[in-house]
Amino acid sequence: MTQAVLNVENLAASYRKDTVLYDVNFDMKGGTLTGVVGPNGAGKSTLLKTILGLHPSLTGSVKFFEQPLKRVKKRVGYVPQRGSVDWDFPTDALDVVTMGLYGQIGWLRWPSNAHKNKAYEALDRMGMADYAHRQISQLSGGQQQRVFLARALVQEADLYFMDEPMAGVDAATERAIMAMLKELKNMGKTVMVVHHDLQTVRDYFDHVLLLNRTIVEYGKTEHIFTRENISQTYGGNMRWMGEENHHVEHAH
Amino acid sequence: MWSMLTESNTQWVLFSTMILGIAAGAIGCIAYWKKQSLMSDSLAHASLPGIVIAFLLLGEKNFLVLTIGAAISALIGAVFIQWVISTTRITEDTMMGIVLSVFYGLGIMLLTIANRVGGGEQSGLDTFIVGQAAAMVYTDVITMLSLAIAVILIIVVGFKEWKIYLFDPQFARGEGLSLTFMNGLYTLALVTTIVIGIQAVGVILIAALLIIPPVSARYWTQYFKMMLLLSGLFGGLAGVIGTLISTFGSGLPTGPFIVVIATTLFVISLIFGKEKGILINYIQFKVHQKQVNLNQLEERGESR
Repeated sequence: MTQAVLNVENLAASYRKDTVLYDVNFDMKGGTLTGVVGPNGAGKSTLLKTILGLHPSLTGSVKFFEQPLKRVKKRVGYVPQRGSVDWDFPTDALDVVTMGLYGQIGWLRWPSNAHKNKAYEALDRMGMADYAHRQISQLSGGQQQRVFLARALVQEADLYFMDEPMAGVDAATERAIMAMLKELKNMGKTVMVVHHDLQTVRDYFDHVLLLNRTIVEYGKTEHIFTRENISQTYGGNMRWMGEENHHVEHAH
Repeated sequence: MWSMLTESNTQWVLFSTMILGIAAGAIGCIAYWKKQSLMSDSLAHASLPGIVIAFLLLGEKNFLVLTIGAAISALIGAVFIQWVISTTRITEDTMMGIVLSVFYGLGIMLLTIANRVGGGEQSGLDTFIVGQAAAMVYTDVITMLSLAIAVILIIVVGFKEWKIYLFDPQFARGEGLSLTFMNGLYTLALVTTIVIGIQAVGVILIAALLIIPPVSARYWTQYFKMMLLLSGLFGGLAGVIGTLISTFGSGLPTGPFIVVIATTLFVISLIFGKEKGILINYIQFKVHQKQVNLNQLEERGESR
């Protein structure tokens, strides 16, 4: 049995006066690919940020590899939402990826050529080698997302958190991201991804965490990702995609 | 008139306003990407009460003591802004506006009192408002120089850290960089630059030296390192040329001339800058327009 790499107990968080998350408890096993799924405002991003200490928690504790985050910071990687930074910042794609190596390079030291090569390789793996010296403001949304993922790759973490990497990207980027996630999984890494597209959940993730302010269900996709659980997560008034397709077929 | 240039005091003053300009351009570049250009203006105005209070307590115009007074007052303004925006619903720009006007008003009020009772007028306390570089003596220049060089060093040594702190602070935090420390260092460097520049440029206009050079630099480059260098260069040029002009006419304030030079550099950048300058944008537009017209003509020709 693989060990729990992430252990979340009784976590709660709020924005201003609203409690966004409460009573969140789960243990995540190593080597899994988990999709975090839930309606808008369910607290998906907040869950990630609170786990990582980027948003204050009201109660609860989080352990990474059975230790506090401070001790194992280098083993944890985070890919924020693309919109969280100003892409007009004057720099190129390679430089952004090199930022993922700053922890390894050490503070107040300059990146060497070896570091730059490593960053370039990561860009290449995301199919972005040709854009290494392109200004980040001139990249498309999908390309920017791939730069962010390349930056996460060079961190060589064991546990990754990704906030909606597939929101608003083109098909090529989505394929590149999925290939990367599978590769990470094959390397024995653990990845938790906030995901919004219900149709692809079954194909992409081996585990699903259904969230609506608290965990509705969490476990293997084939057991958890059922119609009942999904409608419970989304408040029960969602039209089931399968049904809709069915009607369309009838109409033909 | 030219003989003034050979005087060692003038040379020192010129050198120090150049270094001040470089430091202001560099820290201004960081403020620019922190989207806090107005912050420097607020803190500059906020330093006035500190200057006057220091003068009233001391009874004489000692550059170092007045600078410390200015720094304390500006830091109180900075902490006040931070505290109010993090605990109330008042937004940052509103709070900066409030601190700017309230502290400055208080400063002017105290200055009036100082001028009446404390002999502030005779001692030239008014020069702090619009700045007079020539009024600086050797020891002032040394204090100002060493602090300005310290600010420049802080930015150069931590270049990589400043970059990640500005581009993606949350990621920087994940990499182990303390945001509290960086915020503190940034505020300290900003306040230092402001207070050492007050004697030369004045509380009203010092912000221009922090805001204008980075915006000008933005028109020439797409790299942060280059932007920092250019911003420093523009600031240094404005400092040295502005001081030079004000030295030629006796008793002319320095601040306004520095700002006029900085603005001239800005207008040149705005028009001729190679990154989205007005002229280059216009030429590119015209070239593309011509290209499209040509293509359309060709297509029509072929279809005939």
